[in-house]
Amino acid sequence: MTVAEKSIEAKATAVKRVVGLIWHHRTLYLMLLPGIAWYVVYNYFPMYGLSIAFKDFKIGLGIAGSEWATPIYANFQRLFSSPRFPIVIRNTVLISLYRIGYGTLASLLIALLLNETRHYWYRRIVQTLNFAPFFLSWVVVYGIFLGLFSQQTGFISRWVRQFGGTMPPLLQSVSHFRSVLIGSAVWKNAGYGAVIYLAAMSGLDPSLYEAARVDGASRLQLIWHITLPGIRGIIILLLILNIGSLLMAGFEQVFVFYNVRVYDVADIIDTWIYRMGLERLDFTVSTAMGLFRAAIGSLMMIGANALAKHWGEGSSLW
Amino acid sequence: MVRTGWGDRIFDIIVNLLLAALALVSLVPILAVVAASVTPYSEVLKHGGIVLFPRQFTFDAYRQLWSYPRMMNAFKVTVYITAIGTILNLLLTALMAYPLSRTYLPGRKIIMSVLVITMYFYPGIIPRYWIVKTTGLINSIWAMIIPSLISTFNLMILVSYLQTLPSELFESARIDGAGEFRIMWEIALPLAKPAIMVIGLLFSVGQWNSYLQPLFYVPNRDLWPLQPVIREILRATDALEPDPTLTVPTVTMQMATIVFSSVPILVIYPFVQRHFTKGLLLGAIKG
Repeated sequence: MTVAEKSIEAKATAVKRVVGLIWHHRTLYLMLLPGIAWYVVYNYFPMYGLSIAFKDFKIGLGIAGSEWATPIYANFQRLFSSPRFPIVIRNTVLISLYRIGYGTLASLLIALLLNETRHYWYRRIVQTLNFAPFFLSWVVVYGIFLGLFSQQTGFISRWVRQFGGTMPPLLQSVSHFRSVLIGSAVWKNAGYGAVIYLAAMSGLDPSLYEAARVDGASRLQLIWHITLPGIRGIIILLLILNIGSLLMAGFEQVFVFYNVRVYDVADIIDTWIYRMGLERLDFTVSTAMGLFRAAIGSLMMIGANALAKHWGEGSSLW
Repeated sequence: MVRTGWGDRIFDIIVNLLLAALALVSLVPILAVVAASVTPYSEVLKHGGIVLFPRQFTFDAYRQLWSYPRMMNAFKVTVYITAIGTILNLLLTALMAYPLSRTYLPGRKIIMSVLVITMYFYPGIIPRYWIVKTTGLINSIWAMIIPSLISTFNLMILVSYLQTLPSELFESARIDGAGEFRIMWEIALPLAKPAIMVIGLLFSVGQWNSYLQPLFYVPNRDLWPLQPVIREILRATDALEPDPTLTVPTVTMQMATIVFSSVPILVIYPFVQRHFTKGLLLGAIKG
């Protein structure tokens, strides 16, 4: 046998081994098949659809039939020179940062309070009530917001009026709109966010607390010197991961709450893509924005994960 | 051994008071909305707004809702996409999770990373819209089910749960001559019931609350589920400006629609809350 023949034979046996392995596990692969097919069609084909960003896209011609844009980055030029672009990016980042900051603080505070009460039944009732808004839809939360703050009939507006004040039109006001977004997001999600912190707190070693008590530490000192340092790892990890998805500012909520009057402070990447793409049918520039976000977003995610590995005390995403 | 001095007692009182405030902050807005939906309009006018404990009750708004064909139709669509969607989701998720939890499956790591990438690389709504259109789902009820059929996050919860089950169980079944499919169906899935409950509940809440999908993919409003319909009702009219076709004031109607659409969730919720908490932790520990 020559060397070539040998290598061909080696390849043949390798192929045979792989085929044999697959055949051996054929039931498992068959089980995976429908799901994989779904992933290919609904998650990987859209990635091909991103090529619209580089095309002179004509709906009638389809993606493959449309010419490449000249120059190839023409749609990005249009995107970056749009006067809305910096506004939309700024809004997205700001809304995300506020959301992460206030959301983390609220969840931590709730978890600390729940962790401190000694009455188990009381803790369960409060937690059940506090967790409930998480399951309401954004549309319903919007409705509740109207019920509370609508200028004429709102429950809280009525109180404000009784004490001689007037309720500003919160949803129409450029200076209040972001607070409305963050406030309602905290109301809906803080209880949910507290669950993880609470679990981390209940995993802390009770003997630490006992020792500190013997040394005469007050309850506040226990929180400051044992509880908070004990869950520092998970706080940092969640913060970093949240920062990784900074360019996702909560599409559905903003979309339900916003209106033309507050576009300057409320318009985020997704709402802009929606209006440009599905309303004005400018598919190319909106896809370019989508690709821009996906690229920056996944870089940030990779960076966040590396940071989490470094600082998050061993835990990371993958 | 542990002293419980005055400082501690004051601390306890403050903690419990703050917790009570927390519970009220979550509860009162919901109560106010429920109250508004049963308050007669005369009461609203008299007090100049919604009150928490109205002196009179009326269920006119709900009666009106009941005979409002658009609302009832939307309710049916919501029930349909929630039921069918959840069943299909659980089926596909289980079928994927079992093989992916078998560490001896060749190529498992590659497949897993191909799936996980989709969680972090989001192409945005235009390419999504394009694929939904290409697969012919636009304006069909399936547009609200198929494009979001599998949640990678939920899938990973189930995979990691299946991995925690003792492998001896599976081995002994295999020695008894059971094939992979039977092992999955008769051993793995029954044991994974808690995790399946959790992901089923999470998914069905997502379907029930589905808002953007119908809005993007279903221009035909007769096929809309509850959320987009309610959004239109909330947006359509300024509060206090009565709709001539309705005998009940708009604000009362609005509040009744949001109560009506949330009742199923809030009724089931207290019974399943524990499972949710557990499931979230499953996901978190995995992450």
